[in-house]
Order: sequence, then C-alpha cells, then structure tokens
Amino acid sequence: MNTQAHLELTKVSIDFPTNDGPFRALDNVTLKIDKGEFISLIGHSGCGKSTVLNIVAGLHRATEGGVILNGKEVIEPGPERAVVFQNHSLLPWLSAYENIELGVKQVFKGKKSKAEMREWINHNLDLVHMTHARDKRPDEISGGMKQRVGIARALAMQPEVLLMDEPFGALDALTRAHLQDSLMEIHAALGNTVIMITHDVDEAVLLSDRIVMMTNGPAASIGEILHIELERPRERLVLADDQQYNHYRSEVLKFLYERQKRPGEDSETTGAARSGDSDTVTKSTASENPPEMTELRVVSG
Amino acid sequence: MSTEITASRYRSWDLPLIEKLQGFLSREVASAKAARLVKSIVVSFGALGIFLFLWSVLAAQVETSLGVLPGPAKVWEQGVVLLDEHKAEREKEVAFFERQEKRNAEKLARNPDAKVKIRPYTGKATFLDQILTSLLTVITGFLIASLIAIPIGIVIGMNETLYAAFNPIIQLFKPVSPLAWLPIVTMVVSAVYVSTDPMFAKAFITSAITVTLCCLWPTIINTAVGVSSVDKDLINVSRVLRLPWITQTMKIVLPSSIPMMFTGLRLSLGIGWMVLIAAEMLAQNPGLGKFIWDEFQNGSSNSLARIMVAVLVIGFIGFLLDRGMLMLQRKFSWDKSAALR
Repeated sequence: MNTQAHLELTKVSIDFPTNDGPFRALDNVTLKIDKGEFISLIGHSGCGKSTVLNIVAGLHRATEGGVILNGKEVIEPGPERAVVFQNHSLLPWLSAYENIELGVKQVFKGKKSKAEMREWINHNLDLVHMTHARDKRPDEISGGMKQRVGIARALAMQPEVLLMDEPFGALDALTRAHLQDSLMEIHAALGNTVIMITHDVDEAVLLSDRIVMMTNGPAASIGEILHIELERPRERLVLADDQQYNHYRSEVLKFLYERQKRPGEDSETTGAARSGDSDTVTKSTASENPPEMTELRVVSG
Repeated sequence: MSTEITASRYRSWDLPLIEKLQGFLSREVASAKAARLVKSIVVSFGALGIFLFLWSVLAAQVETSLGVLPGPAKVWEQGVVLLDEHKAEREKEVAFFERQEKRNAEKLARNPDAKVKIRPYTGKATFLDQILTSLLTVITGFLIASLIAIPIGIVIGMNETLYAAFNPIIQLFKPVSPLAWLPIVTMVVSAVYVSTDPMFAKAFITSAITVTLCCLWPTIINTAVGVSSVDKDLINVSRVLRLPWITQTMKIVLPSSIPMMFTGLRLSLGIGWMVLIAAEMLAQNPGLGKFIWDEFQNGSSNSLARIMVAVLVIGFIGFLLDRGMLMLQRKFSWDKSAALR
C-alpha cells in the first residue's frame, strides 16, 4: 500500500438522530483503498454497509472521522464518485440514452462537443451491451437491462471511484452471472476503483481484490478483511472446482455464520438480554473482534 | 411474427378488407376485442335502459304543484324545444341586423352625411348562450387558479419551511364553501373593478373568482404532495451529478409529480364546475345556474322538464371537462400506461 492512499476512510463513525437520542450506526471504520482496487463490502442486513457507501459518495456526512480521495476530503456528492443504486434509479420518463445523457451533459459541459458527447454516450451503452435498447424507456426493458443502463450512466461520468450498492441484488441468478462477467470485463478495461456492497458470497469472491467483512450493528465496524489472490481474468466455471476459491468462500461463510450471527438469531438466543439492553449483543461481537481491524490474509499456494 | 406473415399469405384469397384487418390484429385478438366491446355496449345500454324505465315509472307517481314530475320523454321534448328557441332567437337576431343595415343604407342613400347608428341586438339569452357563458366562466376561473396554484404547490413542495408556513392557511380555507366567499367577492369586485367601458361583465368576474377560490386548494395540495414525494433515490442521482437546481426541477421533480398534479387539477375542475352552477343561482349571474333558477321562478308546467334538461347537460359537460383533463394528462405524462380513470 502507498503511503498516500487513493481513497482513505479514517475512523469514520456516524450517529443518526432518533427520538431516543443519537443512534450510532457506524463506529471507527478505517480502510485504505488503492487505485483500481475492487473492494466488496459484505455483512448481514442492517450492518451499515450502505451507510459506508453513502459516506464515500458524500450523500451522508460522517459524525467523526472522514473520507479522503486523492488528498481531498469528501464533503459532498460528486460525479467523480458515481453511484450505481440498488434499484437502478433511472428516470422513468427518459430513454436509456437520455438517462445517460443527463449525466454526460452535466459532467462534460464545455469539455466535449455535442458530437463527442453523443459518441461517448453510445460508447458507454456499447460497453454494457445495451446499444440495441438505447431509445427504450426503463419500463420497456428488463431488470437486468435497467441495471446495465444504470452502470453505463455511472461509467459515463468517468468516475474515479465506482460505488455500487447491491447492484445485482434484485436480479435472477442467470442475469446476475451475466452482469458479473460484464462488470469484470469493464473493470479490467477501465481500471476504475470499485466499492461494491453485496450479500452474495460467490459474487464477492469472484469479483473482489479484497472482501471487507463488517460486524453487526449497532455501532458496526470492519470485522475482517480477506485478500483474494486469484489470477485475473477469472472464469466462474474454472473457479467452481478451484480449491483456493472454495477456501475463500468458506472463510467468508465462516465469518458471516459463525463469528457474526444474524441479528435475528442473536435475539433468539439472547432474547431477554437484547430486549432490555441491546448493548449485550454489541459487546459480545466486540470482544471477539478487537476494535482495530484485523486483516486475515490467506496465503495462496 | 413469421407465422403471422405466412398466415396472411395463406389467406390471400380472402376479402382485401379482412386481410387488412388481419394485418393489424390476429384473429383471436380481434374476436376477443369484439366480444369485450359487445359486452360493454350491452351492459351500458342495458343499465341506461333500466334507468330510463325506472325514471319514467317512478316520476309519474310524483305529483307536484307544477304537475307530474316529468319522465324522459317529456324532458327530451323540452330539450328539442330549447334548441328550437335558440334557433328562433338567432333568426330574430339576423333579421334585426338585416333590418338595421337596410335602414342605415336607405338613410345614407337619402343623405350621405347622415350619422348611422349601429345598435347591438339585446334579445334574451337562450339555453345554449347560458351553457357557453358557464363554460367560459369555469374555464377562466380554473385557468387563473391553476396559474396560481401550480407554482405555489411546487415551491411549498420543495421547501419544508414554506410548507409549514402555508399549511395552516390552506387547511383553514380548504373546507370553506366558496359560496361563503360569494358576498365578499361580489363586494370586492364592485369596489375594485371600476371602469367606464369594462372588458368583462362584473358578474362574469365575480363568478370566475369564486370558481378560482375553490379550484386553488386541491391543486396546491396535490402538487405539493407530488413534488415532495419524489423518489429519494432520484434526488440522490441528481445530487451525485451535481445538477443545478433548475435542471433538477425540470428533469426530475416536475415529471415525477405530473400525475399528482393532474389529480389535483381534475379535482379542482370538477369542484369548480359544481360550485359555479350554485354561484350562478345564488348571485343571479348569467349561466346555467341562472337558467335553472329562472325556470324555477317561472313555474310553468314545462319548468321542471326544462330544469331536468339543464341538469343532464350540466352532468354531461362535467363529464366532458374531466375527459378533457384526462386527455391533457395523457399528453403531458410520461406514464401512458397508468390506469387513468
């Protein structure tokens, strides 16, 4: 890792105001990310993965700590940190082309001519294999196609960091596999830094350079970080029988289902304690995972 | 697709008209469509028939001081009479102007320097004239209200402070019957609208403003709700893109609030039309309301039937106004597939 990281989260904590006082959703999240790295955030529902992403995007401000991109603090949203939203968030009244155009016009105003912009939009549609549906509105195309357009919209902003909030969560398995392959192609070609939230262990291992596993909330933090040292390009069929791949998979599964039980399961086992004092749950996880992040490096070979 | 092409080629010996139809619809679709159409026609006409039957039977039982309550046949008859009266009045008007022109021409022939007077025709307003007056009034009042209400709705929908400021005022005035405003509006218009050669009649202004007052609230409220309930993710997209305020409003906020806006506009127009008739009756301002009131005061044996003609026409015009708004909504809204009722 460089001394000056590309993207750096330092002791990020966030409190949300509630009627019973502030609620600490994230506590002390520290992470350094290199340029071109593919990071996955994985953890149980409600552990604050989306909050981390939103803080990097600038949609939320951290209560303590902060995010630095290329030596500059992140204080507001901006197109250099493009977001692919879980539910695609395309404007339903615009065609695929127009949806991308909205961003391109804003980002490249005065930098590209009209013809260059048109060229650039078409290029990005082509990148996600959506040229055939450029004039279709979102309600006329399938869920996977919408997500492709959403990715194209984000890529067309030429972002330094691509933030993806469970981009394939709502898709069926086959479509998801297609899009994962597309995403790997694009990442290999463009080399953007990517932070992706996922629930899918296979997806995380297949795509990532590092998997950041988060502890359960409240006051969620980084539990462990797993380095995935698999050769690229990765082929899902080849990897399915790969020992190393399966080892990584089981590491993530162990973290999620042994060390970090689902909040629901917790309340079943320690139901009485939880209903009275929710701190018990946090304490038990905190004792297993020291506040400083522990990096779990699996040596390959 | 390919099977359809071969099918149409196979039936090339068919009548050309049928073949043309098949180009548009496959046979199954066409027959299903026809069946649905026939069913809906049978049901609507059946219901209408039952309604007319019950009306004629039950109305005959009611004896009023103006005679038996008229049935459909009597109402139809009076409808025709009202049309004839309108035609007769128009013929009288034409004749009046012809006479005047002739008189003036003769006068000029005798003395080229003579001053000729052209007098306007002052016949009584017919039923059709009253319909036109009411329509013009409601549309004017509605347009004024929309021009005020839509911008207010957009602004208070986007700004929570302004919403909090406007909300008590809206909640206070929304439930007030516009008829309660009528005396105040009448007095204010007489006091403020003073001109020797008024472009609009005072009665017209009074009625239009009364309509405006009741058209404001549903449009303001629905527009504000539409604007404030824009999908948060879409707003986040705009934030990530750093879209300027005006682009965000034009490209994201307005398109997504159009359906709610039109709901408000349709409610407004419906209420406005109902209120106008009542206001015309109360204030004796020209229009359908005045027509009804005059007929009621007239108290002839035909009055009830003539009032019923007016009632049916009011209903039909209200229906047409709502359909018109729907067509506008279809034109402006991106969501053509939304169920529009």
